[in-house]
Amino acid sequence: MGILHYLVLSALLFAVGAVGVILKKNVISIFLCIELMLNAVNLSFIAFSRFLNQVNGQIVVFFVMVVAAAEAVVGLAITIALHRARNTLNVDDADIMKW
Amino acid sequence: METLLFCLFGGIASAAAINVVVQRRVFYSALSLIICLSAIAGIYMLLEAAFIAAIQIIVYAGAIMVMFLFVIMLLDPFSSSALQDKKKSLGFIGVLLGTVALVLLYSLLKSYDLAQVPRNMEMSQGGVTALRILGSALFNDYLLPFEVTSVLILVAIIGAVVLAQRRT
Amino acid sequence: MIDYLWLIPLLPLAGSALNGLLGKRLSKRAISIIACGSSGAALLVALGAVSSLLQMPAEERHVIRHFFTWIASGDFIAKAEFLLDPLSAVMLLVVTGVGFIIHIYSIGYMHAENGYYRFFSYMNLFLFSMLVLVLADNFLLMFVGWEGVGLCSYLLIGYYFDRRSAGDAGKKAFIVNRIGDVGFVLGMLLVFATFNSLDFDAVFRQIASGTERFPFETGLGILGAIGLLLFIGATGKSAQIPLYVWLPDAMEGPTPVSALIHAATMVTAGVYMTVRCSPIFSRSEVAMDTVAIIGILTALLAATIAVAQTDIKRVLAYSTISQLGYMFVAAGVGACSAAIFHLMTHAFFKALLFLGAGSVIHSMSGEQDMMHMGGLRKSIPITCATMMIAALAISGIPPLAGFFSKDEILWSAWTHGHPIVWLVGFAVAGLTAFYMFRLIFLTFFGSQHFSEEVRHHVHESPFSMTMPLIALAILSVVGGLYGLPALLGVGENGFFKFLEPSLSLAYHPAVAELPHSLEWVFAGASVLIASLGIYLAFSIYVAHPEAAANWGGKARRLHQLLVRKYFVDEFYDAVVIKPTLTGSTELLWKGVDVGIIDGSVNGVGARVYGWARVLKFVQNGLVRSYAAWILLGAILILFYVAMAGH
Repeated sequence: MGILHYLVLSALLFAVGAVGVILKKNVISIFLCIELMLNAVNLSFIAFSRFLNQVNGQIVVFFVMVVAAAEAVVGLAITIALHRARNTLNVDDADIMKW
Repeated sequence: METLLFCLFGGIASAAAINVVVQRRVFYSALSLIICLSAIAGIYMLLEAAFIAAIQIIVYAGAIMVMFLFVIMLLDPFSSSALQDKKKSLGFIGVLLGTVALVLLYSLLKSYDLAQVPRNMEMSQGGVTALRILGSALFNDYLLPFEVTSVLILVAIIGAVVLAQRRT
Repeated sequence: MIDYLWLIPLLPLAGSALNGLLGKRLSKRAISIIACGSSGAALLVALGAVSSLLQMPAEERHVIRHFFTWIASGDFIAKAEFLLDPLSAVMLLVVTGVGFIIHIYSIGYMHAENGYYRFFSYMNLFLFSMLVLVLADNFLLMFVGWEGVGLCSYLLIGYYFDRRSAGDAGKKAFIVNRIGDVGFVLGMLLVFATFNSLDFDAVFRQIASGTERFPFETGLGILGAIGLLLFIGATGKSAQIPLYVWLPDAMEGPTPVSALIHAATMVTAGVYMTVRCSPIFSRSEVAMDTVAIIGILTALLAATIAVAQTDIKRVLAYSTISQLGYMFVAAGVGACSAAIFHLMTHAFFKALLFLGAGSVIHSMSGEQDMMHMGGLRKSIPITCATMMIAALAISGIPPLAGFFSKDEILWSAWTHGHPIVWLVGFAVAGLTAFYMFRLIFLTFFGSQHFSEEVRHHVHESPFSMTMPLIALAILSVVGGLYGLPALLGVGENGFFKFLEPSLSLAYHPAVAELPHSLEWVFAGASVLIASLGIYLAFSIYVAHPEAAANWGGKARRLHQLLVRKYFVDEFYDAVVIKPTLTGSTELLWKGVDVGIIDGSVNGVGARVYGWARVLKFVQNGLVRSYAAWILLGAILILFYVAMAGH
């Protein structure tokens, strides 16, 4: 089992997440896809950590998780605020800042 | 054995990921994501990162996703009507870009010869010793980011409270 | 005393600064004392310096005093150095002497003016510039003085700045001078390129000692080119064809200005420069011939125009142009000493004529048209007598100064092989006598053509004005006596002998050795034609005054041509000024400045605005499209990495 398999899996999950960010219209769905992308990256870090025999990859994943948690908290708070203001969860409705 | 487990977990993860994108109702997307995260935790185990796998289950699938589910439940989880699409071509563009990215990444990854990368022998012993190494690295070399993340969490809490409070 | 050479220009400069900066608060008496005092002091120092020079043996009369190095840049060194040799000594005395006399005169003439201090400040500044010009020992410092006198000329012509015509005349003088200066600067550049130095000594010695490199040129060689370019500058400064048109208009300035600047000193700067550069000119046949031909043509042209003018100052202006032509003729045929001799005598009687005219105008309460004068002989006797002396001098009646100098020029023209030049010069001598005495007769004789009111105010000028007149009259009488021994065949011309060291580096071709008696014949002929001119003027303007009107009526076309100065100003206006103005407006202003420069600058702005108007639609507010763009960017980077890797 080479590292390539893990990296390809990571790439696949990342691509799926990216498609989802662009495709989905519900704000929370977009957040879920972002979490998916982060996890894909975590996977590749762990793979490298294993195959390079270094602990740094796992440390990075540790921190990524912390940051992802914080980011999810703030993002959901914004979503709640948005829902309260516009009564909508459609990201396309928040388009006032344009030309 | 390893290959089998990899295919198993990998397949579950991929299928769940695709399901996240495909599902129309956000509740089901969230549940799919939980499954995906758990499969990924299994892969972590496969990659001898036991601690991280545990963290993944506890923090990611357990805490973060539950928080997502809370908010989803709070805000209209089962909306049946498809949301308005202001730019219809975006869907097509998204899929296109995703496939291009995937193809590009694959060809790029394949072109590198990763067997030549030097290895560190310390981690060969699995289990507790690996955890010790992780712990000592975390609290010696990476102490500052560690402390900073605690501040980060504090900021996030305060930010969330401020953002989500009711304006009276 | 020669060590105090630096005082000579600096005293007038100090006087100019004092009067200029503090003049508003000083009394008229104080201003006069400062101005005349500084110019008088300069005269005294000059006399002292020249007497020191005279005490040296003739070969050593070439004194250089170095003050500071102005520019030292690589090969090019420009120094502030003064040269005192016979030539600059003569010019020095003429400038300071006549300058001082005119300053005294101006006290009386300008006493009623408001800008009294301004006048004297400018006059002193002019003295400074002219002295720098005369004393300079390199081209660059001379050019500094050259430009300085041009500036002062502009300032003084436009002295009555509330008159539009005065301002226009000042501008005209400065601009026409500037055109000539282009030639001068080009000549200087060529000098530096050829000789690698701008010092007179260095350049002239190189020419004199390098006979293979600088032979006598019959065609147009390097020396001829330099000479012609420098001469262009001289035509501008000394009012020759084609750049003489500013001098008649310059009569807008006060009369002392006309006397000092436009008769005695500034306009002679071109002659001085030509004589100073005689080593260059004398070795080029083309340059010499050009100088002589332009000189004689200008003399003829100006004399014919002067015959028909009615403004007393205009007649004198054209007379100046004509006499300057004579000086250039002398320089052009190789008789540089004669040119300087005539320069000196001309300074005396022309300054006298102008100051006298000022006296007449002063007594006539500002009237300048001769047709409105007449019969002033008895009312202003001193002015009349001195002006008649000057008129006799300029007409070349012996033993007054003009006879000797003009005769010397005509004789040189003949002996140096230019018979046609002699013939035209001969005719011009007659014309000179005619128009000059026309002026005298119209002003002082005949019946009085002015009103009763003016008659009441007619009075002789105060002593401060008549004394300079008398002084200049004396100089006009005795100034030419240098030439008497040579004419009588009992010795040499002392003046010429004095000037010889300055002209030693020039090329002196062989001169026809003609018998002395022939010179007497020529002299006699000049006197004859001058007398004929005087008699003609007398018969027309005094004996039969109606005849003048008759003649004017019969030859009206010719008369108009002369009165309108051959329409030269109109010609220049149409051929030079209007195309330049139109070109500047249409092509340079509207075409280049507004169209190209403004257009491109504004165009850049407009282009950016245009692009922005199209590109702004990228910001459509949809977060998903932004995400798509980010993904696209990431893909492109990946692409680049993939490509670069192979």
